[in-house]
Amino acid sequence: MSVIEINNLTKYYGKARGIIDVDLKVEEGEIFGFIGPNGAGKSTTIRLLLSLIYPSGGSAKIFGKDVIEQGSEIRRNIGYLPGEVFYYDKMKVIDLLKYSASFYKKDCMDRMHELAEIMELDLKKRIDDLSYGNKKKVGIVQGLLHQPDLYLLDEPTSGLDPLMQQKFFNLIREENARGATIFFSSHILAEVQKMCSRVAIIREGEIVKTEDIQTLQDDNYKKIRVKAKDLDEKRFNLDGVTNLVRENNSVNFFYNGDINAIMKVISANAISDLTIEEPTLEEIFMHYYV
Amino acid sequence: MNIYMHELKMNFRSVISWSVAVFLMIFLYMSIFSSLAVDAEVLNDMMSEFPEEFLIAFGMDGVDLSAVLGYFGITMLFSQLLISIQAANYGFSLISVEERELTANFLLTKPVGRTKILTSKLLAALTSLAITSVVIWGSSFISISIFRDGRPYDTNTLVLLLLTTTFLALFFLMVGLLISLLVRKIRNVTPFSMGLVFGLFVINAFGGMIGDDKLTYITPFSHFDATYIVKNAAFDLPLVSISVAVIVISVVASYWLYEKRNIHSV
Repeated sequence: MSVIEINNLTKYYGKARGIIDVDLKVEEGEIFGFIGPNGAGKSTTIRLLLSLIYPSGGSAKIFGKDVIEQGSEIRRNIGYLPGEVFYYDKMKVIDLLKYSASFYKKDCMDRMHELAEIMELDLKKRIDDLSYGNKKKVGIVQGLLHQPDLYLLDEPTSGLDPLMQQKFFNLIREENARGATIFFSSHILAEVQKMCSRVAIIREGEIVKTEDIQTLQDDNYKKIRVKAKDLDEKRFNLDGVTNLVRENNSVNFFYNGDINAIMKVISANAISDLTIEEPTLEEIFMHYYV
Repeated sequence: MNIYMHELKMNFRSVISWSVAVFLMIFLYMSIFSSLAVDAEVLNDMMSEFPEEFLIAFGMDGVDLSAVLGYFGITMLFSQLLISIQAANYGFSLISVEERELTANFLLTKPVGRTKILTSKLLAALTSLAITSVVIWGSSFISISIFRDGRPYDTNTLVLLLLTTTFLALFFLMVGLLISLLVRKIRNVTPFSMGLVFGLFVINAFGGMIGDDKLTYITPFSHFDATYIVKNAAFDLPLVSISVAVIVISVVASYWLYEKRNIHSV
C-alpha cells in the first residue's frame, strides 16, 4: 500500500491555477523528492495533503485514508515542516514545543530535548527574540518530536545555515532508517539529488515526470557540443534532439536516443571539435522547463 | 482542552485590561450619583433644556436621573459599548489572527479537527467575556449598594439591565466571527470591531432621532435599550428575539464556513 496516493488532484484559486490533475504515489520507506520552481504547485500539493486547503477536483489518500474525511486521524502520524515558519511570538520556545506535543497521545519530552540539543536550540527564549534560522529550528523540533511515520517537508532547508542543513538531513536520514516515509519538496536540485530515491518534477501545476533519481540522471541524455565552421544547425534537427542552440562556430544540444544515429549525423560534417557530456541534474531539470 | 487553555492564556491580558476599565468606569460614574441626586430637580431641568433629538440619540429621553436605575441606565450604555467592543475584538480575531500571523499552519496541521478548534476557541472567548461580565455585575451591585444613598431600586430591572451586556457580548462575538469568515483576510481587527460596534450604535441613535422603526430592527443596541427596560421592567421580547436569531445563525454559519475554509499561506 502506498503511503501517499494522489489521484487527479486539482486546485484552482478562483481562476488562478494551483495544480492540475496531479497523480502521485509515494511508497512506504521512500525519500521522495518533489521538485519544481517557485509557483509550480509544490506547496499547494502539500497543503492539500494536510487539508489546509480543499481540492477543486480529485482526491488524495494518506495511509490509505482520505485526507479530508479522516484528516485529523492522519495528521497524528504526520510531521510537517513548512518553508517559512510562524509561531505565537509571545510564547517561550519550550511552551510552544509543549503545546505542540500536547496534540499527540504520547510522551514526546525526551525526544524534544534530544532534538533541541542536536539543533542547538535555546528552549528558554521567547519566539519573537529568535532569529529566522532559530525559528526554523523550532519548526524542525516541533515537526519531528512525535516521531511520525510520514514527513511532509516543504522546502525545509530555507533559512538554515549549511551546518544546520547537514544536521537536519542527518536527522531525516535517521528517521527514514527507522522506517519513516519522507516527502520532500525543494527547488534546490543538489539537496534532492543527495537525499531522494525518487523524484517527481512539477511544472506550472502539472507533474512532468516521476522517476528514480538514478534513471533521471542517466536517462540517456547527452549534452553534445559540435564545433565546426559554417555548420548548418538544421542538420541536427532529428528525433531526440532538444534545446538546439547555435553559438558562433558551435552547436549545442541535448540528445536522448540511439547514440549511433546522432554519431552518423555528426560524422557527416567536417567538425573541428566534439564534446559529449553527462548533463547535470540541473540541466536535465531545466530541460523539463523549456 | 489544550487549545482552550492556550487561548485563555493568550486572552489573559486583554481580559484584565477590559475588566479594570469597566470596573473603574462603573465605580467612578456611580460614585457621583449621591451628590447629583440631591440636585436631581436641577439636573432634570437641565436635561430638559437639551434638544429632544439629542436626548433620544443618547437614550436619555424621559430618564429620571434622580432614580438609581435611571442614572445607572446611562452607565449601562457605556458598559454595553465596552463589552461589545471587547467581544467584537475576540470575534474578529478568533480565526483571523491565526491566518494573519500564519500560525494556522501550525495549529491546523495538528491532529485535531476544525470543529474542535473552533469550539475550543469559542469557549475560551466566552470564558474571557464571562470574566468581564462578572466584573460588570459585581461592580454594578457593589457601586449601587455603596452609592445609592438609601434610594430604592428594583433588583429585577437591574438584572435585566445587566443581562443586556451578556447578550450584546454574544451578539458581537458571533457576528464578528461570521464576518471574519466571510472575508479572505483581516489585516487589522480594530477598524472592523470599532466599525461594527459604533456603526450599529450610531444607527440606533439615528433611528431614535428620526423615529424610524425599521432601523431599530437591525441594531442590537435598540434591542437592548436601557431606557425601555427601566421604564417597562422587561425586555422588548420581539426585538430581543431578533438578536437571538442573529446569534444562532452566526454560530451555525461560522462552523459551516470554517469547516470549508481554505487556509492561504500568504
